Amino acid sequence: MLNESELTNPSLLSNEIKEDSLLKKVWLEFYKNRIAFIALIVLGIVVLSCLLAPLIAPFGPLDGEITDRLLPLGSTGHILGTDEQGRDMLTRVLYGGRLSLYAGFLPVVISIVIGGALGVIAGYFGRILNTIIMRTLDIFYSFPAILLAIGISAALGQGINNIVISISIIFIPPVARVAESAVKGVREEEFIEAAKSSGAQSISIIRYHVIKNIFAKVFVYGTTQISISLVLASGLSFLGLGVSPPTPEWGIMLNNLKGQIFINPLVTIIPGLFIFITALTINLVADGLRDALEINS
Amino acid sequence: MNTILEVKGVSKSFPVKGSFGKSKGAVSAVSDVSFSLKERGTLGIVGESGCGKSTLARLLLRLIEPDEGEVLYRDQDILTLKGRKLNQIKRKIQMVFQNPYSSINPKMTIENNVAFSLWTNGVSKKEARKKANDYLEAVGLPRSYAHRYPQSLSGGQRQRVAIARALVLEPEIIIADEAVSALDKSIQGQVLNLFQDLKKDFNLSLLFISHDLNVVEYMSDEVMVMYLGKVVEKGSAQHIYSNARHPYTKALLNSEPSMKVGVSNLDKHQLIKGELPSPLNPPSGCRFRTRCPHATAQCGNAQLPTIEVNTGHHVACHLWDMGTGSLSQNKQSDVLPI
Repeated sequence: MLNESELTNPSLLSNEIKEDSLLKKVWLEFYKNRIAFIALIVLGIVVLSCLLAPLIAPFGPLDGEITDRLLPLGSTGHILGTDEQGRDMLTRVLYGGRLSLYAGFLPVVISIVIGGALGVIAGYFGRILNTIIMRTLDIFYSFPAILLAIGISAALGQGINNIVISISIIFIPPVARVAESAVKGVREEEFIEAAKSSGAQSISIIRYHVIKNIFAKVFVYGTTQISISLVLASGLSFLGLGVSPPTPEWGIMLNNLKGQIFINPLVTIIPGLFIFITALTINLVADGLRDALEINS
Repeated sequence: MNTILEVKGVSKSFPVKGSFGKSKGAVSAVSDVSFSLKERGTLGIVGESGCGKSTLARLLLRLIEPDEGEVLYRDQDILTLKGRKLNQIKRKIQMVFQNPYSSINPKMTIENNVAFSLWTNGVSKKEARKKANDYLEAVGLPRSYAHRYPQSLSGGQRQRVAIARALVLEPEIIIADEAVSALDKSIQGQVLNLFQDLKKDFNLSLLFISHDLNVVEYMSDEVMVMYLGKVVEKGSAQHIYSNARHPYTKALLNSEPSMKVGVSNLDKHQLIKGELPSPLNPPSGCRFRTRCPHATAQCGNAQLPTIEVNTGHHVACHLWDMGTGSLSQNKQSDVLPI
């Protein structure tokens, strides 16, 4: 059985065929994309320093000397200046970033899990289940997303977790749509039929055949949502729907400092600058990731 | 030889819905098909594209539920089975699909693609992988391929993986649905020989579906010719290829290009006229009558006779007697005028 031409090629017969894992291939492709790679480094520095805020921040987030209020950039001891109550801006930005990043990432994770599951169920089983799930989710499209987020947050009350819940809710329908259309494409493939004819249960077909094939699409879509979520969360906080005052968070810091914009403009825009840099680098990384995944699939 | 699979009067039509879900009729994909497959035998199913060959295969696997009919596997009707009992029998009938680029999961390694069928049926992953490797070897793939992803394999190699996946459940019947059509001619031969070898090694019965008459002749003991969802002729390969009775079979055999050098067979070609009629409103009586050169008013009758012209050689045409003799004889020019 082995004497066939396609198997006599010595390079194919050698036992030294090692294929890079998919993850490694994606990484190599991503690494080639300079801009995305630099963005990843910047994003990594921001995220890491926010996470390590208690270790690296020079002051406590709530400690303020009223005599030191509104110091400009580059003041001794306060490299990014101080806010209207004399609290160190660098410290507050680092501590604030923890909540802002939390509200940026978590809704995306939640919406991928819930929206992805709904989309997979709707796409795989089709028919009546599809109609029920997808048409219900369509209701959310009839409201402008930001208005819906404000409405849900207002109804649930103040608090960062309520912001996470409201953003998760508005993110679920688009994720479900992306997942559903991806599943519909995979469902027609012959390997699904082959799995069915081997007597496999739907649950294991979904786990091994469907999810593996749609994950990249949903994941890439999710990464582009992170920056939107971050901006949205900061926006809701700015409107006073997030954390309550002394707690630092980028959105509410912007709100607190907006009165001082003519006194010390460079200091007041620092939280905004961090929102901007984080959202931008996330988008660049997401783009790079999408390209790397597309080449490898 | 015992009969391992017997199919009795299986039909399937797909409703066609217009706008607002209004029914516009039904496409009759498979209509009243009966045949039997002998243990360790090979039945070839031939027909043009759209004649219901692939639908028939999917009906047997219950990937599509038939509207009516019986599918008897060792005298047990699998259409009435449910749950675990059905799964046990499903394992005994496995299919090799047409397109090797779509029939293997690109996100799983070769080994896992094959092992999946086992571990989804309760075998431990470790054991399933071990067995998968054994079968990959049996279909002629080097062991080193096990951990690779399908994208680095050629069409022929992928089809071997698909065959290994079908075999790993230790089936008794393999349905090969156009299993070599997507492959290069040189690879086709290898895969066909592989089927022959495996059939012997694993005592398989083969249901070989193809539009390629040469391939079917090479593979089959018995042949069934389908046209627009209906069986027009079936019998031993020898009977069909040397003594075809149905005008459609004759025309089909004649449309095969000659491999003889220097012999122009153009004038011998009795090409079938016209297009395949829409299965949405198939012609009454004999479905071939709209393109048949001999059609008479009688052919439109709903009751179409199926005549046994020889032992095991059935033909669904009342003109079967016309122009007796094999196609290689000169007399055929009277039968099918140009």
